[in-house]
Amino acid sequence: MKAPVGSKLTERDVTPEAIYLNRRQYLKASAVGAAALMAPALKASEAAPSVDPAPLWLQSQNKQASSSPFSTTEKLTPYEYVTGYNNFYEFGTGKDDPEKKGQDFKPHPWQVTVSGLAEGTGTFDLEDLLKGLAVEERIYRLRCVEAWSMVIPWLGVPMAALLKRLKPLSSARYVAFETVYRPEEMPGQGSFFAAIDYPYVEGLRMDEAMHPLTLMATGVYGRSLPNQNGAPLRLVVPWKYGFKSIKSIRKITFTDRQPQTTWEKANAREYGFYANVNPAVDHPRWSQAEERRLPSTLFASNRVPTLPFNGYADAVAGLYQGMDLTKYY
Amino acid sequence: MDKVLLTRWFWWLLLLPLIFIGTRVFQVVWYDPSALGPDPAQSLVDLFGTTALWFLCAVLFVTPLQALIRARWLLRQRRALGVACFGYALMHWLSYAGLLLEWQWQNLGQDLLNRPYIIVGFLAGLMLLVLAGTSNNVSVRALGRRWRILHRLVYPAALLVLIHMFWVARSDYTEVALYSAVVLLLLLHRWRHQTKSS
Repeated sequence: MKAPVGSKLTERDVTPEAIYLNRRQYLKASAVGAAALMAPALKASEAAPSVDPAPLWLQSQNKQASSSPFSTTEKLTPYEYVTGYNNFYEFGTGKDDPEKKGQDFKPHPWQVTVSGLAEGTGTFDLEDLLKGLAVEERIYRLRCVEAWSMVIPWLGVPMAALLKRLKPLSSARYVAFETVYRPEEMPGQGSFFAAIDYPYVEGLRMDEAMHPLTLMATGVYGRSLPNQNGAPLRLVVPWKYGFKSIKSIRKITFTDRQPQTTWEKANAREYGFYANVNPAVDHPRWSQAEERRLPSTLFASNRVPTLPFNGYADAVAGLYQGMDLTKYY
Repeated sequence: MDKVLLTRWFWWLLLLPLIFIGTRVFQVVWYDPSALGPDPAQSLVDLFGTTALWFLCAVLFVTPLQALIRARWLLRQRRALGVACFGYALMHWLSYAGLLLEWQWQNLGQDLLNRPYIIVGFLAGLMLLVLAGTSNNVSVRALGRRWRILHRLVYPAALLVLIHMFWVARSDYTEVALYSAVVLLLLLHRWRHQTKSS
C-alpha cells in the first residue's frame, strides 16, 4: 500500500478530480498523455458547482484534502446523483426530498456536544473541534440497505483522530451519535406518521469507530457537505449499510453499553446494531446478494454482486472474529 | 356533449398517465438518460404502482359520485377504469420483474415465497387480473347475477394493496395513511349504501 500523497487542491482542481484519479487509464489510452488528459470534458452535472456556501475556514480545510490509499478507483457516481438521490428522512421519504426540502436547513454556526466517558467533554464549535485535523479525500463505495450502491468521493477526517482529541476513557466501549433535532427546518422530524423516532441516533463499537477506514465526513466532491448529505458533519463507515452513517451530527457520547440505534428501535428484526454489509444475510424484504450500482440504465440495471463487508473485508473482518454474523447482523 | 365523444375523451384520460410515463421513457432512451433519475427501473415501478392505486381509488369512487351527481354515464365507465387500473398494475409488475429483477426467475420465486409485501401485492394483482378478464360484455352476460358477486373482489384487492403499501413503507406512514383513509371511507360508504338498498 502506498503512502498518502500530500497534495494541495485548488478550486480549479475540483472538477478534473475524476479525470485525475483515472490518469493511468488515460495515459495508457494515448501516447500523447497530456492531450488525453484534456480531452474528455465532464458533463456539468457530474461535477460539483463552484459555489460553496460553507464558512471559509471549512472550505479551506476541505480544499487542503490529501488523497488516500483507501480510495477505490471505481467509476464515481455523478455529483448530481450523490446529492440529488439519497435517504435523509428528516427531510422527507422521497429520494429527491433531501435536496428539495433540505435547503432551509442552516448548518452554520454548528456546535457539537461531547459527553460520557471521556476527558474532553463539553460543547465545542465545529471549527475548534476540527482545527488542525488533516482532511483526506476518501473515495468509498456506499451500499444502501435497499440494495443500491454508489461510489462517492468524501472529504473528512479519520474518526480516530477526532475521537483521540476527545480523550475517551478506557472504560468507553461504544460511541453514540445523535442527529440535530430541528423540526422547523427538517419537515420529516415533525411527521405525525413517522415510523422512526427522531432525533436519529446511531452508534459504533469503539474499535469500529477507531478503525482507519471510519471517517467523519466534512465534504464531498471537493466541496463542503451539502445540507442533503448531512451538513456539516456526518459519519461514513464504508463496510456497513448506509443507514449507519448518521448525518448532521450534533452529539457524541462515549458509553460502556451498546447504544440503541434508531432502526433497531423501529424494527429490530430488519435492522441490527452492526449492520455490516453481508450478501449472505437477506433483509426480510429483499435479497442482499446483489446491488444496483447507480446510475443504472433502464434496460441494464447494472447489477453487481454484493461483497462481504462491502468489499472491505480484508481490512475489517478481523473486528468480528468469532462472531455469528447471521445473529449479529 | 355527445355521449360517444365523451366516452372517447374519457378513454384518452385513462391513457394520460401512460403518455406521461411513456414520454419520460422516450427521453431516457433517446436523449436524456437522467430523465428518470439514477435508478430509472425503480422510478418506473413506483410511478406505475402509484398510478394503479389512483385508478383503484377512482373505481371505488364511481358509485358514491354517481349517487351524488346522478351521472349514469359514469357508471358505465366503471369497467374501463377498472381495466386501466389492472393495466397500470401489470406495468408495475412488469417493471419490477423485467427491469428491476431482469427476469431472474429464481429471485422472482424467492421474493414471492419469502417477502410478505410481495405476496400480498401479487395476490391483489391476481384478483385484478380476474376482474379485468371478466370486464367484457360477453362475461357480464354469461355470468349474470354472479358477475356482481365476483366483482366484489375489488374490495379485498384494495385492502391487500393497502397492506402491500404499509409493508413497503420504511420510515414514514403518512402516504399510506392518506390512501388508507380514502379507501376506507369509500368502502364504508359502499357498505352503508349496500345495507340500505338490500
